[in-house]
Amino acid sequence: MLQIISPIMRVIEVPMLALQRMLGTNKIAWVFLLPNLILFGLFAFLPVILNVFYAMTGGDNVLLEARPFVGAQNFGTLTECDNFLDPNTCREDKFWRAVWNTCWFVVLQVGFMVGFSLLTAIILNRDIRARGFFRSVFFFPVLLSPVVVALIWKWILQREGVLNAFLDWTGVGGYNWLVDANWAFTWAVFISVWAHMGFYTLILLAGLQAIPRDVYEAAMMDRANPWRTFRRITLPLLSPTMLVVVVLALIKGVQTFDEVYAFTGGGPGTATTFIIQYIYEEGFAGAPRLFGLAAAASLLVAGVLVVLTLIQLWINRRNVDG
Amino acid sequence: MGRVWTFLTATRGSARLHWTDWFSYGYLTLGIFLMFGPVVWLLISSFKTEADLQRFPPTLLPYAQQTVELEGYDEPLPLFLMTAGEYEGATLAQLRRVGNRAQMVDPLNPGERLQVNIANREPVEEFSLATENYTSLFERFNFLRFFWNSTFITVMATALMLLVNSMAAFALSKYEFRGRTAVLLMVVGTLMIPQTVVLVPLFLIVTELGMFNSLWGVIIPGAATPTGVFLLRQYMITIPDEILDAARMDKASEWKIFWRIIIPLSAPAIAVLAILAIMWRWNDFLWPLIVLTRTENFTLQLALNSFQGELQTDWSSILAMTVLTLLPISLVFMFLQKYIATGIASTGGK
Amino acid sequence: MTSKIMMTTALAGVLGLAASMASAQEVRFMCYSDGNECEVYDDVLSRFEADNPGIDVVIDVVPYQAIVENLPVQLAAGTGPDIAKVTDLGGLNEYYLDLTDYVDTDYWDASFADTLNWYRVGDRQGYYGMHSQLTITGAFANATLFEQAGVELPGAGATWDDWAAASRAVAEATGTDFPMAIDRSGHRVAGPAVSYGAALNGPDGPTLSDDGFAAFATQFVAWHDDGTIARDVWAGQGGSTYRDAAQEFINGELVFYYSGSWQVGRMDENVGDFFDWQVVGSPCGPGGACSGMPGGAGIVGFEQTEHPEAVAAVIDYLASEEIYAEVTARTRNLPAHLGVASAGVEYEGVSPAAQAALNGFAAALPDVAPAAFWYQGYAGNRAMYGITVERLSQAIVGELSVEEAVARMEEDLAAAMAETN
Repeated sequence: MLQIISPIMRVIEVPMLALQRMLGTNKIAWVFLLPNLILFGLFAFLPVILNVFYAMTGGDNVLLEARPFVGAQNFGTLTECDNFLDPNTCREDKFWRAVWNTCWFVVLQVGFMVGFSLLTAIILNRDIRARGFFRSVFFFPVLLSPVVVALIWKWILQREGVLNAFLDWTGVGGYNWLVDANWAFTWAVFISVWAHMGFYTLILLAGLQAIPRDVYEAAMMDRANPWRTFRRITLPLLSPTMLVVVVLALIKGVQTFDEVYAFTGGGPGTATTFIIQYIYEEGFAGAPRLFGLAAAASLLVAGVLVVLTLIQLWINRRNVDG
Repeated sequence: MGRVWTFLTATRGSARLHWTDWFSYGYLTLGIFLMFGPVVWLLISSFKTEADLQRFPPTLLPYAQQTVELEGYDEPLPLFLMTAGEYEGATLAQLRRVGNRAQMVDPLNPGERLQVNIANREPVEEFSLATENYTSLFERFNFLRFFWNSTFITVMATALMLLVNSMAAFALSKYEFRGRTAVLLMVVGTLMIPQTVVLVPLFLIVTELGMFNSLWGVIIPGAATPTGVFLLRQYMITIPDEILDAARMDKASEWKIFWRIIIPLSAPAIAVLAILAIMWRWNDFLWPLIVLTRTENFTLQLALNSFQGELQTDWSSILAMTVLTLLPISLVFMFLQKYIATGIASTGGK
Repeated sequence: MTSKIMMTTALAGVLGLAASMASAQEVRFMCYSDGNECEVYDDVLSRFEADNPGIDVVIDVVPYQAIVENLPVQLAAGTGPDIAKVTDLGGLNEYYLDLTDYVDTDYWDASFADTLNWYRVGDRQGYYGMHSQLTITGAFANATLFEQAGVELPGAGATWDDWAAASRAVAEATGTDFPMAIDRSGHRVAGPAVSYGAALNGPDGPTLSDDGFAAFATQFVAWHDDGTIARDVWAGQGGSTYRDAAQEFINGELVFYYSGSWQVGRMDENVGDFFDWQVVGSPCGPGGACSGMPGGAGIVGFEQTEHPEAVAAVIDYLASEEIYAEVTARTRNLPAHLGVASAGVEYEGVSPAAQAALNGFAAALPDVAPAAFWYQGYAGNRAMYGITVERLSQAIVGELSVEEAVARMEEDLAAAMAETN
């Protein structure tokens, strides 16, 4: 592998050195950024800009030039509500049901997700036997496609599923989990933590590796107890990685869709319908395809996420400075 | 047994087991059960027939009804165990069933026909692997072609993404320049818009660039992920600036610093990103589904999902296909995960 | 970097072009399968290719999702296939290739008659689609359970109430989990709703909130509340997702199952010897109508194609009586081709029970009410199906009362109509 890459890198070094002489050490940063900015601009940023235009047009046409301009009407439709806490009083009741469901979901899911992946990462970072095997075990569900995750858990949780068979056997008695709104919601949280925990564990594991061993050895000399070591050494040194994990977990939590959609379809009723499902059904799966309304909803969500992320960055900066 | 015990109780440094060790092994055991159990079950279920998959409640192992070949009958006859009535305890073969009554014969005495109530019997089943779930896949379509397409997309997109993202992350973490915060905010900002939403605009852009129905139409947009830049940048921040300054004193070019110092020191994060990138591209479904419409360009995920119709889904084929697509990335993961443990810690510790 | 990308892209483009140049007229057929349809098309079209050396038909088998969600986007962007098997018959009308100039329209009129109208919208009244598989909704009954309970199967002309009472009696006597179930789909409940008096196409345009529909909705929700209908199907899912109850029926947990003709193959394979099942058609409503809902998929060509003659030739080949009969027999569907239907179809590889079931469904076709027939061809029917499912589910789980649900259906439909017109 290295034999292939090394010569390539040496070849790239020639023009890069010339550029460095021309631009100076600091401006070369832009050269490093450029390829990413081009790809990113074209395939990530431009679609988002187009999305803003979609949000300001109506109708069900796909092509932007064929869509009538409606200004802020889509945003108006979404926010037309007598009482935001009672979705039944809203024009787009489904949107507000999805919003409140998502809020609850994110609070629970992000908490469990970060907690369990941190615990798992710390344990997997210890000098345990068969570490590679255990890492694979915890990461494996991440490799499964959402459809398969949903299928497995449906088999387990359905009325005649494995869990109920087990509960019947123990004498507790089964329960029809998936037609009960509260239980369906609880299981949706559980399944999304199950399916994505490995992702965050892996990131945290890499972060833990960056903490030098001698710091821990010093702590062991001082006979610090594990909890103190964790609070005083692990957490502060892990904070840049924790920021990644919390920010990503929050964003991905709000964007939860695939596996829950395949699992309950958002039901019973609208009990597990989240914002992305609303957007997906309005803009793609449903008829007519209201791209404008879907785009407007996505921008409202993105706005809230930006605010939340900025708060996190601010807290993080304050912690680092303090 | 003693060996197993030392294996299980091995700890770092001290010989005595701390309570944290007990807790760790307990947690890991639970983890195997909870995280891996369902996956193992998926594997076993991929050997079930479609009828077996439909059964309530699902069985653990794949079963098929036992049959017996009797003289005078062309077809093998299904076997039943009588649970009540006149023939209780006997194993009989069924000829046919009309309504509530079944006509059966004793395999030991095939001449005599017996009438029984169907409530009094249950099928005799044996363990049986439905390997046809797998073999039919290879008969039905060009599996190798899809495998090649998936591999090509995954390898190219991952290589491109790692290079481009690590360069950008290096610039955003180790240089002070105007506009840095703006770029960073833009990167984090695009994270907020889910892929599902920008699918249509992105599709129009890719079509405009002439990449519709081309594997590059999947590879290149895939390389532009904000997650990778963000992840690597946060990791590179933790690399001490003194190492860079020392290298600059030695007249190393910036590219050399990037390539010889930053990249090796970021190995754990790059390994993580590599694993994630490979997994994303390998499992990608929604985006290839809209960009690739020709069979010769299909990826494994598209082929897998083509078993989903409007009204029926061929689950046995989907499960077999899922297991086959899982194998390669599982191997890649097991290979790459050891690089997560080769960062600053191991180099600095020795 | 960019120039590198452009070059590789161009290279890929050239390679792609070279591949398609190899055969003079390549026709791309985007197909999805509910069973073996695409395989059978591939097989019969290879005979077509042998007769027409200039045309190469390539079948791309895609997930159904690609047909529903992506095909319209691709068509709008001008990158669609040449031929596709579609289910949104009226909705995609603007992209259809008019076959009038390429085919014998007298033969088409005589063979496909009314189903041709499902593909026509507004002033586009040409010949667009060949209805390749006809379906009709109807009920399956577990005859063995009826026999065990000693209850007579309600005969022809029995109402939904009769069936509900009989199914409840059977379930009670045999300890079966559920008396009845209906697929979670707006299409499936349309038949019963019409039987209850829903006009669907009312005097002021499409409606989901007239008295007939409301009467059905009330009864439907009441049956969920008293346990007559299995809650798992409608209350176990959300959004406008599809869910059937075939698994419950196959496992003998269900007495009466309202689904449709496409389930016959699955029942035949998976029920096997476990119990006897029977197709009992669509029960009648209080108004006397006993309507099911027709449906199915058709094969259409698209205007964007570069080879309209070739596309028309392929579709016309599949529409010929001999080929249509063969495909129908091998895919175990009901024929929409009148000639094939009147001659009767010998289905391949099915049990006598399944043959009888398919014939039973075909016999129920004349009972389809005009409203149901119109609904299947209405371009906005997908919107109406979605609204029905979402709002009725909410009423079933108690998020809305039946009145609120019906009112919401009316609002949703008005909003959808406003956006499309």
